[in-house]
Amino acid sequence: MPRTIIPFGPQHPVLPEPIHLDLAIEDEKVVDVIPTVGFVHRGLEKLVERKDYQEFVYVAERICGICSFIHGQTYCQAIETIMKVEVPPRARYLRTIWGELSRIHSHLLWLGLLADSFGFESLFMHSWRIREKVLDIIEATTGGRVIFGSCKIGGVRRDINPAAFQTMLAQLAGIEKDMREIVDVFLNDSTVKERLVGVGILTKEEAHALGCVGPTMRASGIAQDMRQLGYAAFDEIPIEPITRPEGDSHARCSVRCAELFQSVDIIRRAIARIPIGEIAVKVTGNPNGEYLARTEQPRGEVAYYLKANGAKNLQRFRVRTPTFANLPALVKMLPGCFLADVPVIVLTIDPCISCTER
Amino acid sequence: MNDEQTFPPVSVEDLVSKVREFRDLGWRLVQIGAAALGDTIEVTYSFDLGGRLSNLRVSLPAEGSPRIASISSVYPCSYLYENEMHDLFRIQVDGMSVDFKGKFYRTTVPFPFAPRKS
Repeated sequence: MPRTIIPFGPQHPVLPEPIHLDLAIEDEKVVDVIPTVGFVHRGLEKLVERKDYQEFVYVAERICGICSFIHGQTYCQAIETIMKVEVPPRARYLRTIWGELSRIHSHLLWLGLLADSFGFESLFMHSWRIREKVLDIIEATTGGRVIFGSCKIGGVRRDINPAAFQTMLAQLAGIEKDMREIVDVFLNDSTVKERLVGVGILTKEEAHALGCVGPTMRASGIAQDMRQLGYAAFDEIPIEPITRPEGDSHARCSVRCAELFQSVDIIRRAIARIPIGEIAVKVTGNPNGEYLARTEQPRGEVAYYLKANGAKNLQRFRVRTPTFANLPALVKMLPGCFLADVPVIVLTIDPCISCTER
Repeated sequence: MNDEQTFPPVSVEDLVSKVREFRDLGWRLVQIGAAALGDTIEVTYSFDLGGRLSNLRVSLPAEGSPRIASISSVYPCSYLYENEMHDLFRIQVDGMSVDFKGKFYRTTVPFPFAPRKS
């Protein structure tokens, strides 16, 4: 059987961002894959030499337009650990709430893109319609829809008053009801299952060996979620990782669907328990030391390594994003699949090239 | 949350065998990252086991062409990190399972994170 090399990306209808795959095809089946990234590498890590460590929160938030808040939060957590800053409890709860709102809107965005990839346009639109309501909550509580600008070293910049919490709870009830309707379609509709069940299988052993993270890892049966580390308010609001054993595209969809409701539950528990008090402490001086902070972004574990020597500029700022960690798994999943399934499988790792090209 | 982290040093020669010990005990590779610090480049390998984090650190001289062995025979996913180290820091990684030959990142400036001579 002769081999044909088919280029997939960097410009492709299913990809809003540039990633390239060289697909070696025999007949209609993929037999080999070589990924290429780096088309828009921004060198943000290098900017740390020009921006002082306080300013750099803004840069960290701009690594990604979807999980922007958690990027800023992880950076702040790393600095706070190096400088031994105690973040006020209320700020930790507020970070938890905004982080989970980020997860809900990210997963809804992904569900819409997935529906679009297999041609279910009305499902795509419904997913994004619901996502708009989440963005409305974010806008009402932070002033931003993409970049929240709410996290700072030592706490947060904004508080949420009790009346706004009650409004948020009412809005979340409506969002939850809407999400149940679309999730039922994603998980049970026969045409959707036809495109996802048994497609792009990644075993538990492969997921571990390939360094997978997040929903991609949990959908292969590995119960690990960085929120279990207890950062922000997760030491007082414990969570159980959501897993599926199948390791296929449907399992990855199923994990994210279940995480939508898990996040709503976390927000409700956080609002019920949020303590009264300060939202930030003053931070003076410069950091001196090194730390690798990890949090759970919507796409999985993000690792922030910071090294400082007591100057206002850090010596090194390094981010390992979840998409970067999941690329080897993608390369493993594709051989053996049909060419028509490539867009779906690529999307099931929820690729964020903006993060990868930080 | 404020767990203490250590970055124990390991020699270039012992790196692969130390990494293999982590793999055999079931640790997941979290990241490989380099940092240019004057006349030294530090390469940090981070591993996770059930939420615990452990690190290994190799120090390479910045002068000349720093070399290190690939761990892709132990952790197959390491080739992306290793290509990244090469393209950003000019670290020569020997034995990578997939070598993009300097084309992993298309940067305007070659090896933009490598130490510059003052």
